Order: sequence, then C-alpha cells, then structure tokens
Amino acid sequence: MKRWIGMALALLPVAIVPAPSAAGDTVDWVQEKCAGCHAFDQSAYESLGIEARSERKGPPLFYAGNKFRQEWLGTWLQSPERIRPAGDYPPAHIQTVDGEDRIDAGSLLDHPALDADRAADVAEYLMTLQARDDLIEAAEYESGNTPWRLAQMNFAKFNNCIACHRDEPDYGGVSGPELYTAWQRLQPAFIASYIADPVAWDHLTLMSAQDLNASAVQKLVDYLRLMAEEE
Amino acid sequence: MERFLRALVFAVAVATTPALAGDADHGKVLYEAYCTQCHGMNGDGGGINVRDMSVQPRNHTDPEEMAARTDDELVKVIKHGGKAIDKSVLMPAWDDNLSDEQVTDLVAYLRRLCCEQ
Repeated sequence: MKRWIGMALALLPVAIVPAPSAAGDTVDWVQEKCAGCHAFDQSAYESLGIEARSERKGPPLFYAGNKFRQEWLGTWLQSPERIRPAGDYPPAHIQTVDGEDRIDAGSLLDHPALDADRAADVAEYLMTLQARDDLIEAAEYESGNTPWRLAQMNFAKFNNCIACHRDEPDYGGVSGPELYTAWQRLQPAFIASYIADPVAWDHLTLMSAQDLNASAVQKLVDYLRLMAEEE
Repeated sequence: MERFLRALVFAVAVATTPALAGDADHGKVLYEAYCTQCHGMNGDGGGINVRDMSVQPRNHTDPEEMAARTDDELVKVIKHGGKAIDKSVLMPAWDDNLSDEQVTDLVAYLRRLCCEQ
C-alpha cells in the first residue's frame, strides 16, 4: 500500500504541472521564430537609442502579458490582420510619388499565421511576460458612463487621437495602430496606462504624451469600449 | 507686401541671431521618426496622416513660413505642442519623448530643411 501511495505522490506533479519539455518547446519556438521582429529582453531593448527604432518590425513583447487579452491573441495569431496600416516604423514604408507620401504596401511584412495549437501555446506563453507590473498597478480605470458623442469628441477633437489612429476602417491617421478593435485586443488597465504615459512603457514609442488627467484618460478608454459594444 | 516685409524682418532676425548649436544630422534621424508621418518625408507638410486632418501640417521647406518662427518658438512648439504658440492643437507636445538636446538637434535640422537647401 505504501508503495502505491508513494508512486501516486510521485506521479501527481507530472499530472498537474505542464510538462517542462512542452513549455520549453514554446519558449524556444518563440525565441527562434519571433525574436527577429519582437523584443523579449527588456533591458536590452531599453538600452536602444532612437537610431534603432527604424530596425524594429514589431512591437516589444516583454510586457505582452500586461498588454494583450489572451483570447484575442490566440485568435489573432491564427488569422492575423494588420493592426498598423503603415507598419511598426511608418517612415520605412512611405513612398513619395509625385510629391505625395503614400504607404508602400509592398514593403509591409505580413505576420505569419499559426495553427490553433501553436497559437494557443504562444498566447499562453506571452501572457506570462509581465514586465512593468508597476504601471498596471498604478493604472486607474473603471468602466465609466461617458456618452458616446462626448467620448468620440474627446478622441477626435479634444485630444486629436484621430491624427494618427483610425476609429473606423477608412477614417483617421494611419501611422499608429488602428483602434476600432483595441478593446478586443488590449487590457483596459494597459490602455489607460499607455494613454497616460506611453513613454513609461516604451521609450521608443512614436506616440506623444498629452499630459491628460484621469478624467480625460477615462473618456478615451470609454470610447474604445463603446466602439466594441456598438459592434 | 506687408506679409513680405514681416517675413523679411523675421528672416533678418533669424539670420543675425546665433542659431542653437544642435546636431542637424541627428535631428534628421529624429525628424524621420517623429515628424514625417504628418509633415511628410520631404518636410513639405504632406505626410501620410494628413488626408483626414482638419488643419494641414506646416510646410517646413517654406523659407518664408519658417523665417516667421524663431528658434525659441520652434523649441517651444516641439516641446509643448501647437497650443503653446497659439497654433493648431493637432501639433502634439513631445516634451516627454525628447530630451532638450534632441529638441535642439531637431531645430537645427528644421533650419537646414527650410533654408539651407
């Protein structure tokens, strides 16, 4: 009997902890396939100067677990759609034709699509990357009751987010990520924190800080939520 | 005529005022990263974001327009945005993104862009 109990206890950790080889496989896979475009080493990334910004092909992921929603990640990785109309570094994808700047669509890289199992594993792994917990803890956002029109005016008129971001598929700026699906892909605390202080998250961000107070931030986050609820 | 004279006065003032000692080459790197999306790859105000903008970004290659701004005003507008000099609020404040030295480099590049080519 003691022998059986001993065997059962020995097997228990195997049953409830993911096999190290499987988890390690995902980590290795991500490092091999993703690190060419995405930064995973926070300290190395934070030592880069602006000159390195032109080499970046995708957003840093060392805080992915504090940024994205896991469900969205798992779905998007299987069928990725472009989030940044002009790529991660827009100047690298702009052509000037007859004096007019245009996005050179042919220069944009498509994100590879993963199969469902791999996408789920990668999404699960990315959620463990939680640098900048301090910023998330300091973030203040509670779902508000900002009227749609006021929220929209805060986005488009008062704070001019529309200059760089789209809030519908064919309206607004194209240098920043589109925001009409932001609520589905990003965690609310991250949105609030990033709007308030983008440089604290990414010293190479091309988004300016607008010194917004908590109320203004709340209205903008509300707008992203309201857009999602409208769909 | 009045506009021309005003521009001329500013141009003389700018020409006779010691320029900020920025690194224009580094300023060009910064300009490409932070400014071209709105002000255009050539600095003419025709960036990829302008289609739906209510106010067109300033043409940085126009000597007359740029002569109407002192270096101090350019520093101010880069750091604190358009509203700091009673211009469009579409121009954001870059104070948190850029160091004072970087802003000075940008101004040096703006002067090259407008007036040395």
